[in-house]
Amino acid sequence: MLEGIFVDGLIFSIMVLGVLISYRILDFADLTCDGSFATGAAVATMAIVSGVGLVGALVLAFVSGAIAGLITATIHNELKVPGLLAGILTMTMLYSINIRILGGRANVPLLKVETLFQKIPKLLGGIPSAWALLIGTLVIVFVVKTIIDIFFRTDLGIAIGAMGSNEQMVITLGMNPKVLKLIGIGLSNALIALSGGLLAQYQGFADANLGQGMVVQGLAAIMIGEFLFDSNRITFITLRVVFGAIIYKGLMFLGRYYGYYINLTPSDLKLLTGIMVIVSLIIAQTRNAASTADARKKALKRNKARRDALAGKGGDDAQN
Amino acid sequence: MLKIEQVSKVFYPGTVNEKTALEDINLSVHEHDIITVVGSNGSGKSTLFNLIAGTFPVTGGSLTLDGKDVTNKAEYKRAFTIGRIFQDPTKGTAAKMSIEDNLVTAYKKGMKGLRISLNSEIREFFAEELKQLSMGLENRLKDNVGLLSGGQRQALTLLMTVLSKPRLLLLDEHTAALDPRNAQIVMDLTMQFIKRYDLTALMVTHNMQHAIGFGNRLLMMDEGHIILDLTLEQKKELTVSRLVEMFKQVRNKEFDHDETLLSDS
Ligand SMILES: Nc1ncnc2c1ncn2[C@@H]1O[C@H](COP(=O)(O)OP(=O)(O)OP(=O)(O)O)[C@@H](O)[C@H]1O
Ligand SMILES: [Mg+2]
Repeated sequence: MLEGIFVDGLIFSIMVLGVLISYRILDFADLTCDGSFATGAAVATMAIVSGVGLVGALVLAFVSGAIAGLITATIHNELKVPGLLAGILTMTMLYSINIRILGGRANVPLLKVETLFQKIPKLLGGIPSAWALLIGTLVIVFVVKTIIDIFFRTDLGIAIGAMGSNEQMVITLGMNPKVLKLIGIGLSNALIALSGGLLAQYQGFADANLGQGMVVQGLAAIMIGEFLFDSNRITFITLRVVFGAIIYKGLMFLGRYYGYYINLTPSDLKLLTGIMVIVSLIIAQTRNAASTADARKKALKRNKARRDALAGKGGDDAQN
Repeated sequence: MLKIEQVSKVFYPGTVNEKTALEDINLSVHEHDIITVVGSNGSGKSTLFNLIAGTFPVTGGSLTLDGKDVTNKAEYKRAFTIGRIFQDPTKGTAAKMSIEDNLVTAYKKGMKGLRISLNSEIREFFAEELKQLSMGLENRLKDNVGLLSGGQRQALTLLMTVLSKPRLLLLDEHTAALDPRNAQIVMDLTMQFIKRYDLTALMVTHNMQHAIGFGNRLLMMDEGHIILDLTLEQKKELTVSRLVEMFKQVRNKEFDHDETLLSDS
């Protein structure tokens, strides 16, 4: 049971890493996610059903997400519409496309085919299958996280982060922000679709509605992670995303299984997630205000100390 | 190195908000020129810089950079030759990134690849460069730039700009948002860097003393025109009151007695 929450959280964390790239690193409010997650699930499912290998299926899911992201970035770049609108457009179109991919159905089960999550226990024979699944998923997430960590330490990755912080700066430094956005949003949605492809295999079916509300869930997980510890190093930022994703899934599990004590139904979970994000925003804001006030106090103290020191030297700088 | 011919800029043409910001501007900037630019608010100084840098297109006329027509060249492409610093210290750096990340992004102009340049060797080089600023930033390579003061950020922007090896520097009131002490530090560093790296520069300033004291040429703008273009010889004799007098003669009106314009701090 508990292992299940971890596996679920770990698969989800790959999606959250994608959301982290768009929302936090690129500062691009991208809603493509709600569509590309299901695209990944649909593509992986149909690939497996039609006999493409498991690795091939995940690669195709990854690529399909990248294409979705490229479409959003292109709409934003070339039509000069805000990222939010570009993402909504792609997401809406993806809903139709996802049903097409699923062969005109809204739901396709993965019956009578072996998925990654049936294969992993076999590969790790001897270990109880629940633990084997956990280890297998951990390895996948670790690999993905490490690749992201390395990518965002390359010159290109740093430049993408710089653009998210200050677009004018990267232009002034001779880079085309359009290209950086294509890469960033493409990568973000590729990860989201990869996560969808994994989830479809874990739960045994793909559903056209799988992505609904994913962005907000991802943001909730990111914010939970940000409460854990403070850092500007990519390794720690991605680590706390993984933690945040698992904690989020844990909380949702509690809500689902024990919520009925307080009259909670599964359909209330989206409301709770939204409230969670709002509360996080409020806490972050008060924290921010507090630290700014703190910094100001410290600066005043520093100035006073400097002035006192100068006065002590008998300097004539008192008027400074 | 830069030739501006009959350049004009009209904002919102054909609407009630139509605004002619620049009219028939002609200017030749020579290699190693250090040109100070003055003019009252709204006279078109920033617009001129935006056109040179390519932030928005010209309405008419042409721009030639190093003998090549760049009138329709994208801003990020022109940036290989042009380095730019704005009045707002937050515009030149990425606040959410560390000092070393900012520096490594600036270190080589243009699109980046999948190399990891940030190693101990380059960190040492950055620390060495940061020492010139005498702000103690060499010990804070991993701090986010958002934690720095305005003066520190502008000094860092200046360093990043010169590390990116532009040949033409556009400085738009880049010390105006700083307190007098930091403004002086950044101004001194600017002149030092311009000399060391052999740069050509255009510098907008509201400080008349700076305008007269720095550089080898002085431009005065008014209502979208360059109304004075003084050489080094002419500048040598110049005083603030003499400059105001010249303005009156040329424009046949009183000089906009803006506090900051005449202040000497
Ligand atoms: N993006 C824009 N859209 C519309 N009008 C603009 C724009 N930028 C500048 N203007 C107008 O063009 C004129 C010149 O502005 P500009 O910013 O070049 O002046 P400036 O000389 O830099 O003034 P300041 O000393 O205040 O910085 C002003 O009337 C301004 O309102
Ligand atoms: Mg201006």
